[in-house]
Amino acid sequence: MPETVKLLVNGVSVEMPVGSMVSAAILKTGTFAFRRSATGEPRGPLCGMGICFECRVTIDGEQHCRSCQTVCKDGMDVRTDG
Amino acid sequence: MGDAHHVCDVLVVGAGPAGLAAAWRAAQSGLRVVVVDDNPTAGGQIWRGRSPDARVWFERVRDIRMICGARVFHQPEPRTLLAETRDGVCELSFATLVLATGARERFLPFPGWTLPNVMGAGGLQALVKTGLPIEGKRVVAAGSGPLLLAVATYLRKRGAQVLLIAEQASSARLARFVAGAVGKMSQAFDLKRQLRGVPYRSGCWVVEAKGHEKLESVTLVRGRKRWQVACDYLACGFHLVPNVELAELLGCVVENGSVRVDDFQQTTVSNVYSAGETTGIGGLELSLIEGEIAGLAAGGKHEIARELFPARAKERKFAELLDHTFALREELKQLAQPQTIVCRCEDVTFERLREHDSWRAAKLQTRCGMGPCQGRVCGGAVEFLFGWKAESVRPPILPVKIDSLLGHGFSRIEADQ
Repeated sequence: MPETVKLLVNGVSVEMPVGSMVSAAILKTGTFAFRRSATGEPRGPLCGMGICFECRVTIDGEQHCRSCQTVCKDGMDVRTDG
Repeated sequence: MGDAHHVCDVLVVGAGPAGLAAAWRAAQSGLRVVVVDDNPTAGGQIWRGRSPDARVWFERVRDIRMICGARVFHQPEPRTLLAETRDGVCELSFATLVLATGARERFLPFPGWTLPNVMGAGGLQALVKTGLPIEGKRVVAAGSGPLLLAVATYLRKRGAQVLLIAEQASSARLARFVAGAVGKMSQAFDLKRQLRGVPYRSGCWVVEAKGHEKLESVTLVRGRKRWQVACDYLACGFHLVPNVELAELLGCVVENGSVRVDDFQQTTVSNVYSAGETTGIGGLELSLIEGEIAGLAAGGKHEIARELFPARAKERKFAELLDHTFALREELKQLAQPQTIVCRCEDVTFERLREHDSWRAAKLQTRCGMGPCQGRVCGGAVEFLFGWKAESVRPPILPVKIDSLLGHGFSRIEADQ
């Protein structure tokens, strides 16, 4: 079993240890704004445990996924909205 | 999309320490036990990433059915809960339920708290546990509670440069805490040793976070002193608040923010038990003991459960001490400025909220607490700032897909309302 997985964050390839969360992968690429708020402010993860919904991103075409509760998989395509 | 149906004697919601302890004890009585959790793996927040301290507990529950990545959102009929998973809706039928839904951090709004890289203390720790590289990053830990020390220790071990720990509680209260927490002293000393060189400031808090698009610095106050610290992350949480939404949905009585339980951890609903932080913030040991008692009681082993009462009483004393020590000081109510956002989901500012006299009125006029988090973040803040209590909970208690609602009784519920 490989010890890392590779995924794409806004088209940029990032390698993460198996079991990592998508939120961590996004931050690792230097992206801090995961989404824009109702009034257009940049927002990133707050609670890290699925409560706050600030880390919502699009994963493999599915919108509003909580990146802090989604495990990285090989070949995943992640898009932020920030 | 294949919908699943699980039937069990005891359903445990929450796979943290309390939930695992309850599951283990209930299974020992020969009952069919299922554990369900929102997170992708079991262990809760404290054992996220399979902490070695937890090995014995994971071993104990090895043969118990765990359904992770499933968020419970509705009780369509008594003794049945619905959870949404990536594969569809999962129907969970049970005779007895144990709620071990844990706690979340309390967040207080201050200027700049919505900037990216301002996170909860537990929030940043969770990210690092799940793959965020933190080596060499400058971190300020602030807010209140023992979690700040634990998080700072963890981050430092992972190579972070922890610049400061700012604890809002006064040094007088902290001194009484240290004197009272005799049984916990070895842990405290251990943390203190590992944090050597990191300033720990009592009576100190962040008044502002600054940055363009993301955090660049924080401004701290302590007495009359006010200063700025450049940093990459602010790990900021003001102790914890129990997750009681599911308990409320089921009709369990919630008092002072915690689920009310009797000696055997039974809630005011007869076949529903609750254990751990859901019944009041008390830490790991109390959660484990309460979980064991709930699991034993669910399995009819009341006499064995009774043997754990003295240990629980001792831990509850510690919980009371925690409450007293880390009670929020009045000055923190002045942190939010008129333009500070309080409800992050709907971007509702402090000045728009303070015109109202209840959360209900504020919700109707401003949509505060009506976004995806359903008030889980701003609820703890408005309670502290304005004294507003959360109103009755309605299903779905978490945002779910329309597909998950259709065909699961939701058209009926809408018609009833």
